[in-house]
Amino acid sequence: MTSETIFREYRPSDAERSDRSAGDRLRHREKVRESIRENIADIIAEESIIGKDKDKVIKVPLRGIKEYRFIFGENAPGAAQGDGNAQPGQVVGKAGKDGQGQGEGQAGDRPGVDYYETDVTLEELIEIMFEDLELPNLERRALREIPSDRIAKRKGYRHVGIRVRLDKRRTARQRVMRQMAARKHENAAAADAAALGEAAEERRFPFRKDDLRYKHLEIDTREESNAAVLCIMDTSGSMDTMKKYLARSFFFLLYQFISTRYRNVEIVFIAHHTEANEVTEEEFFHKGESGGTFISSGYQKALDIIAERYHPSLWNLYAFHCSDGDNFDSDNPAAIRTARELCDVCNLFGYGEIKPLGSRYYESSMLNVFRRLDAPNFQAVLIERKEDIWPSFKAFLSKDRVKE
Amino acid sequence: MANYEISDLVEWDKRIREKAAAFGLDWYPQEFEICDHTGMLGYMAYSGMPSHYPHWSYGKAYEKLKTLYDYGVNGLPYEMVINSNPAIAYLMRDNTLLLQILTIAHVYGHNDFFKNNFTYKSTRAELTIERFKAHALRVRRYCEDPSIGIDKVERILDAAHALAFQCRRNLAIKKLDREEQLTRAIEAARPRTDPFARIHARPEFHEPDMRKTPLEPDEDVLLFIRDHNPFLAEWERDLLTIVDEETKYFLPMMETKIMNEGWASYWHKKILESLDLDQGLRLEFIVRHNQVLRPIPGQINPYHLGFKIWEDLHRRHENPTPEEIKKYGAPAKSGDEKIFEAREVERDSSFLRRYLTEELMREMDLFQYEARGDELVVDKVSDEEGWKTVKETLIKNVGAGSIPVIKVEDADFGHNRTLYLKHYHDGRDLQLEYAEKTIAFVHRLWGRETVLETTLQGKRSLLCFNDRGFSVRALK
Repeated sequence: MTSETIFREYRPSDAERSDRSAGDRLRHREKVRESIRENIADIIAEESIIGKDKDKVIKVPLRGIKEYRFIFGENAPGAAQGDGNAQPGQVVGKAGKDGQGQGEGQAGDRPGVDYYETDVTLEELIEIMFEDLELPNLERRALREIPSDRIAKRKGYRHVGIRVRLDKRRTARQRVMRQMAARKHENAAAADAAALGEAAEERRFPFRKDDLRYKHLEIDTREESNAAVLCIMDTSGSMDTMKKYLARSFFFLLYQFISTRYRNVEIVFIAHHTEANEVTEEEFFHKGESGGTFISSGYQKALDIIAERYHPSLWNLYAFHCSDGDNFDSDNPAAIRTARELCDVCNLFGYGEIKPLGSRYYESSMLNVFRRLDAPNFQAVLIERKEDIWPSFKAFLSKDRVKE
Repeated sequence: MANYEISDLVEWDKRIREKAAAFGLDWYPQEFEICDHTGMLGYMAYSGMPSHYPHWSYGKAYEKLKTLYDYGVNGLPYEMVINSNPAIAYLMRDNTLLLQILTIAHVYGHNDFFKNNFTYKSTRAELTIERFKAHALRVRRYCEDPSIGIDKVERILDAAHALAFQCRRNLAIKKLDREEQLTRAIEAARPRTDPFARIHARPEFHEPDMRKTPLEPDEDVLLFIRDHNPFLAEWERDLLTIVDEETKYFLPMMETKIMNEGWASYWHKKILESLDLDQGLRLEFIVRHNQVLRPIPGQINPYHLGFKIWEDLHRRHENPTPEEIKKYGAPAKSGDEKIFEAREVERDSSFLRRYLTEELMREMDLFQYEARGDELVVDKVSDEEGWKTVKETLIKNVGAGSIPVIKVEDADFGHNRTLYLKHYHDGRDLQLEYAEKTIAFVHRLWGRETVLETTLQGKRSLLCFNDRGFSVRALK
């Protein structure tokens, strides 16, 4: 028999003190963030982030922090226990791809086979996205950023208000004024009283509600913090689901980006085929139209809306047009003309031609037409697949015109 | 919550030890520490070590465990015990009295196994705690050293962790040093004494290549790089040593998982059955015991498999059926003698090979599966023609068998200081993405071009990693 066994009792104080993995967790967290940043282009190209609100939690698969080691691949058979009547040919699980988790059928513990994902909120993701985006021209953008977008100006005084805005000086003055007015009347009364031989007693003279004066503030929204995003999309028959999806990703990014820059962002959806309409977001992405395309109709509609609601001196305008490049030739001169007008009023105007891979060579393209448009804040990009969205988005924003 | 006092545990522990001693178990002094679930998660992330060097992968492990625990996917183990002298075990504070009793009995089973199984002889249990602490101190010091810093330390540790298990599997076999290898090579080259030398053609003498490094293929990749890359700094070598020492400490546990868990389960059952529990405790014991030892279809539950084999082995030596006597011969040893012998001299692969019988495999419905397209499909079952294949597959996948064997063949391949590694292919291909990333880690440590010979889909191939990146070449 060996020596006595020792029992160490549980002490809560020990447990509180020893969060031993805190440092390693932090370091891991940093790695995760780093890894997200490296894979941001792939992540934003995934459809799951579109049309979700900012608190939405996204599962992000992590590639960077797998712990690699030599492991066996697909053709390694495994052994497992059955439920009593295993038969050859029976399916027992799903094979993992790329060493991802193998679900139920996994036998024993194979080292290194771990598929890892982490939760990130959309906002965090966008944050990382823009960190990534802003590296090259940080300074320029920092200048354009307007930190105090809401300014409160004093504008007069009011009888009602909140306690912190109470103007003591003015309130006291009101009381004195009232007292003076009251004294006139009192003096007359006192004279009568003196005549009667009574001593005038000093009376309390309290504040009344009427005396209170509050500072009044008016909120003045600076023009620079207004922005309008005009999403123009070709909804003609040639736009299929894939093309619409790519367009959607791009608009989403644009909207998210603009939202982080400006306090007040409005978004306008313009769908066009041979004529243009302002539609809701739902209709914008889901409504299918058929028929031909006049690109200029969409631009004209945008110009009309701008003239009507968003004066360029008050609004930062961002217009982007997605199309598959199919336009009636006769419309091209009009398209160029209206595009130029849009460039004049917008901070940025972009044209994205969506051509899923392979279709590029046999379909007509507007890119050649727009090459003649040499406005500095115009950018035409070609989107062939999901991975192109991020680079073209970057290219688009790089043309942002600094507003004086 | 808990329905016990420490004094109860002390009392029960005493009774359990009496029983265990009567059964012939032999253990290191034991220490129990009561901890809560956060503490347990913390210990789990660091493999139970009271102190351990820092690395982000343990943070990852913790988060993963915690997530699984929080969402109720995985529960926590009732106990955790580490191979040290004295052995340290952690008991969950919130467990019921019965669970604590069961756990304590279980822990003595493990403790006995640690002390007596041959694979643990090399782990120096009396130094475990101190060694891990010293490792932690050294790594922390490198992290804090302004000329090194955490980034550089991680750079080496990441690479070392990737290669950690590329080491010798059976630590009981002595590794020869270069001198001994030389002697052996010369011995082997020397012509045998041949009584019929006069009528035989004189054998040609092959001079062994004595300049080759390594003389014999070396499985300890980390140590080989440590000793043969002259450009590594002292602290880098030390990190490689630390990682290697930890691997060699954990390797026996990997190599005896099924035996060890089965052994502990076998004894906790015996001990608790002999303890005279009152009815409430006894019922709870049966429920808990069956929970732990239930077969999990589609997987291998090491507790269940191990327990079954131990029980079967004992029974076959106590009262074998006539068929068994016909098949395996009459038992020469008593059941207890046999199992105590097996717990000393076997590890999982040999244990399964010797004692997992066809009948037992059929009873447990073991099968072999393989990937077909997106699905895992049962390929062979334990019937008359299939059981041997299933058994082979099972043995291949236990312990270090699930790690590819890769050895250093040549440290100066093409007289170029290219490191030539060879994967000893046994029918299972390497996972290429992982191989690519891992070979990059070898390259990081070796500092020169690194190549790995392997077989991919039946073709001999060479995976290369050099300054230009990764490439795959077909070999003739």
